[in-house]
Amino acid sequence: MVTAAPAGRIEITDLGVVFGRDGRRVEAIRRFTLLTTPGEFVALLGPSGCGKTTVLNAVAGFVPPTVGRVVLDGEPVTEPGADRGMVFQQHSLFPWKTVLGNVEFGLKMRGIGPAARSTQARSYLSLVGLAGFERAYPGELSGGMQQRVGIARVLVNRPRVMLMDEPFGALDAQTRLAMQELLLGVWREVKTTVLFVTHDVDEAIFLADRVAVMTARPGQIRDLIPVKLARPRPAEIIATPEFMALKARVLAQVREESGRAWIEPRP
Amino acid sequence: MATAPLVRAPAARATAAAPLRLTSWRRPALRALSIGLFLLAWHVATLWGLDLYVRFQNIPSPGEVLAEAIELFSNRSFYVHIVASLERIWLGFAIATVLGVGLGLAIGWFAVAEDTLFPPIELFRPIPAVAWVPISIMLWPTERSSIVFITTLGAFFPIVLNTIHGVEGIDRQLVRAATSLGARRAAIFREVVLPGALPSIVTGLSVGMGVSWICLISAEMISGQFGVGYFTWVAYGIVKYPQIVVGMLTIGVLGMLSSLAVRLIGARFMPWLPRREKDGA
Repeated sequence: MVTAAPAGRIEITDLGVVFGRDGRRVEAIRRFTLLTTPGEFVALLGPSGCGKTTVLNAVAGFVPPTVGRVVLDGEPVTEPGADRGMVFQQHSLFPWKTVLGNVEFGLKMRGIGPAARSTQARSYLSLVGLAGFERAYPGELSGGMQQRVGIARVLVNRPRVMLMDEPFGALDAQTRLAMQELLLGVWREVKTTVLFVTHDVDEAIFLADRVAVMTARPGQIRDLIPVKLARPRPAEIIATPEFMALKARVLAQVREESGRAWIEPRP
Repeated sequence: MATAPLVRAPAARATAAAPLRLTSWRRPALRALSIGLFLLAWHVATLWGLDLYVRFQNIPSPGEVLAEAIELFSNRSFYVHIVASLERIWLGFAIATVLGVGLGLAIGWFAVAEDTLFPPIELFRPIPAVAWVPISIMLWPTERSSIVFITTLGAFFPIVLNTIHGVEGIDRQLVRAATSLGARRAAIFREVVLPGALPSIVTGLSVGMGVSWICLISAEMISGQFGVGYFTWVAYGIVKYPQIVVGMLTIGVLGMLSSLAVRLIGARFMPWLPRREKDGA
């Protein structure tokens, strides 16, 4: 049903993003470099305000790099596009479209006819476990269901990269766990590259192939930690000694950086 | 002993439901009573010709008004006035909707349109539409066109301002989401800006409909030869006082029905909104 996405190699080289003008300049990220292999799941982890989302926005094409470059499969990123779908934290579904209409959106933009649109959208809805909710409006769904629609809406475009900006951050703890498991299940099917922003250490380790721990602002990669836990990963994996050891290591770095974010004066 | 609660349970349920059933007829009854008391007070005040600083000697009684209404509504000539007013409202409102929504979308979405089109709108906005009556009579060749102009003017400002407000209030994240799903500029306008601004546009239309009735009646009273406003004003001149009240009530009912129509049509286009918001005032 779901075919593999083409490639998905992200090359972020010496990326720097500065907001504002001379008077009030904010350097969000500085000399940020990251290379992903196609189909890889990378988590960007860091204290709040460290520029994680800015990295994501630069890859999405929402924010132009001040210096450096973002290249996807050999082509520089210059504008937003359906090959780099974004799942936002919340409230990003079109409230006036039904669940089906939201998922069909990307296909409609590509000029695919209504019948084919509906068939494809429905298959991705059942992939995220929402078959039967086609005619509902986003306002009638729970937060977790809305995020599943958001994921299906991106994946139906068969993106080379799925960008996820704290997609489960607004959900309660139980729903978040269920969503993490669901995401891993879906990702195993579609095998697209995922760039996942979070400030939750457990979440980053549970999901990712590699965890990029970021420094306080201006954000850089402080450490790239490979997660060598076998897949598929059951939820209980977070209680294993391997997970705990990894978590201790990541946590120490994150704590140091968030301490720095509090102590150091903002530029 | 143990069975007692089981036996009593249905009775308890019945008494629990009773207050609910009571209020279900008590509130409408209270409202009907309230209107009845108002009519009674009106009747008594006119019957006795009360003079309590406000004077009721010349005010027609409810009975007289009812008799006059029956007389008027069984007569063709009154419908000519109603049709004249409805036609002006419909024309003026339609023109105001096309202009107001069109300009509002452009001003809200394009900075160039905001800089070129918005300043004159802001300049003319504080002038009440009725103040345009003399100029309007000079400007337009026929009475009909000048009254339609006033009606259009009244509806235009709430519509254009609410449309601008609706476009500017669109969540930028939705625009970003659309672009990262492959939407280009035209598609963003059609798929995000238009539906996103719709609730605000419908609010503008609803307010605009109310204002256009005010403007229509004022214009008809000042310069008309037909219309419910003209009819009401002339009734005063020719000392047919019950006709004044029939005219007022007709205006009220027509205004209410047209606002209701705007809201119902608007709600049909916005099925995603919760029902509570649809019912509105």
